[in-house]
Amino acid sequence: MMKAMKSNVRNAYLIPYALWIILFVVAPILLILYYSFFDIEGKWTFENYEKFLTPIYLKMTLNSFWYAFLITLFSLLVAYPTAYLLTKTKHKQLWLLLIILPTWVNLLLKVYAFLGIFGTFGLANAILKTIGIGAKQILFTDFSFIFVSVYIFIPFMVLPIFNALEELNPSLIDAARDLGASAWTTFRRVVFPLTLSGVKAGCQAVFIPSLSLFMITRLIAGNRVITLGTAIEEHFLVTQDWGMGATIAVFLMLAMAVIVGMTGSRKRGK
Amino acid sequence: MRRLVQWFLAVFTAAMVLLYLSERLNEMEGYAGGNTITVYNWGDYIDPKLIQAFEKKTGIKVIYQTFDSNEAMMAKIAQGGTTFDVAVPSEYAISKMKEEGLLVPLDHSKLPNLKYIDPRFLNLSFDPNNRYSVPYFWGTVGIVYNRKMLGGKSITSWNDLWSRDLRNQILLVDGAREVIGMGLNSLHYSLNDTNKAHLQQAKKKLDALMPNVKAIVGDEIKLLLANEEAAIGVVWSGDAAEIISENDHLDYVVPKEGSNLWFDNMVIPKTAKNIKGAHEFINFMLDPKNAAKNAEYVGYSTPNKKALDYLPKEITNDKRFYPDFDSIGHLEVYKNLGKRMLAYYNELFLEFKMHRK
Repeated sequence: MMKAMKSNVRNAYLIPYALWIILFVVAPILLILYYSFFDIEGKWTFENYEKFLTPIYLKMTLNSFWYAFLITLFSLLVAYPTAYLLTKTKHKQLWLLLIILPTWVNLLLKVYAFLGIFGTFGLANAILKTIGIGAKQILFTDFSFIFVSVYIFIPFMVLPIFNALEELNPSLIDAARDLGASAWTTFRRVVFPLTLSGVKAGCQAVFIPSLSLFMITRLIAGNRVITLGTAIEEHFLVTQDWGMGATIAVFLMLAMAVIVGMTGSRKRGK
Repeated sequence: MRRLVQWFLAVFTAAMVLLYLSERLNEMEGYAGGNTITVYNWGDYIDPKLIQAFEKKTGIKVIYQTFDSNEAMMAKIAQGGTTFDVAVPSEYAISKMKEEGLLVPLDHSKLPNLKYIDPRFLNLSFDPNNRYSVPYFWGTVGIVYNRKMLGGKSITSWNDLWSRDLRNQILLVDGAREVIGMGLNSLHYSLNDTNKAHLQQAKKKLDALMPNVKAIVGDEIKLLLANEEAAIGVVWSGDAAEIISENDHLDYVVPKEGSNLWFDNMVIPKTAKNIKGAHEFINFMLDPKNAAKNAEYVGYSTPNKKALDYLPKEITNDKRFYPDFDSIGHLEVYKNLGKRMLAYYNELFLEFKMHRK
């Protein structure tokens, strides 16, 4: 009796949560799926899916994945050592705060700042000139696009890795060293595998949003980089071809699901 | 559990206090009480002092919101939900909004200042008898170029842009009709061409321009050109007027092959709640002195004939921004090409953007 009532009460607590999920997670996804079957004149069709499988959109998809991969890779290369050094510092929380601080600044402002820094007469070129390399075109190149994206995503990579490193039991490292492992071997065989969950979480947090980046593609890459996100924005706002925009969104969601499935921790069964 | 309830109550109380405060603030600034109008306009497209003057004169509070493309504006109005009492779409957007029943007819008896508008800008094909719209500004699409950076060379035509020595020197505005239109014009086709073979040909020609294109950007184009980030920009005339006033080396030309002539117009969309206030606002903006003040601030050309008397001579005599109508016979107004065709233009534009150097 008591047990049944308790579980009833517990189920009642679940109602708001379930409502939330249905209204704001399930329903929008179904709506996107629904819209993807209409052409620009509102007729039911599979045309959008056929169109997605033409070279132009496939090329765009490949481009998006390639840039997202590069952004994730460079973020990881910068973020792992940073997180590692952070755990060794005295005032960890302060340093961590300093890394998170830029995320409090509006994204658009940060991007506009880079317009000035990377411009022909900007700071970056002034430095290149004084060290004798000479002015280069930095703005509107692949380099500037990846640099700015990495800069924006780094905090999201540092945090989970930092947490994983913090959770690591230091006696494991001592044990490895006592048993004769070199510093490199200890890192490769003990530290890295044990922080892999943090790395995975960080990669997901960076890779998935960078697949659908827009705005930076226009402001920093001058529309020379076209990702799926740019195309979705254009179809919804300019062309008014909601069907095509929704179709691209469907493919993006599928891709994300695959990525989460692949990198997700397989229920730590041990 | 008790902690949770306490937390919840605290958050709830805080939210209520904030709600109350924002209501009070709105009341203090006069936004409550119903006597407001919401104006939906392009970014940086009105002299803010005029809004203050209007509020002082009529006691109507103005809520000012901006958009950056006709399409985004139409999408928002079509969805409803938000009140917009006055909007400022371009001509092809007006014919589309008319078709979709998104506009409220104007009451001309409440717009006595309409008589100051140059008759050349009235009764145009997109809105016969100005049933739904009143002209706000007009202008052209053309090329801004930096004489100093080009070594004194001047540009007169679209085809000049394909020159080999302009590598990486051109900024384009991020608009499908503008860029595809420039390809069409350079081949002496119409800006409203719907022949797919012609459009493909224009796209091919544009691909050949890619090595000269530095970037395709939005409103930042003004900042970038004024800072000499590139020597050439394809822009709207008013943006050109604005940056020329900031950098003496810049000049503006409407290419000789032809280009786009456009009109932005004030309308009252279906979402309007304060139709009387909207008429008052439109009439206020049509007043010659106000129109002149606005034109001086914004930089675009005013269709208000009487307002020209209040503008400095060096502005109204500038043939780049106030050309004679007989000398711009080669300019075309965009027609509403229909959704399908517009989607095709956008598809080509997207392909063009993806074309690598």
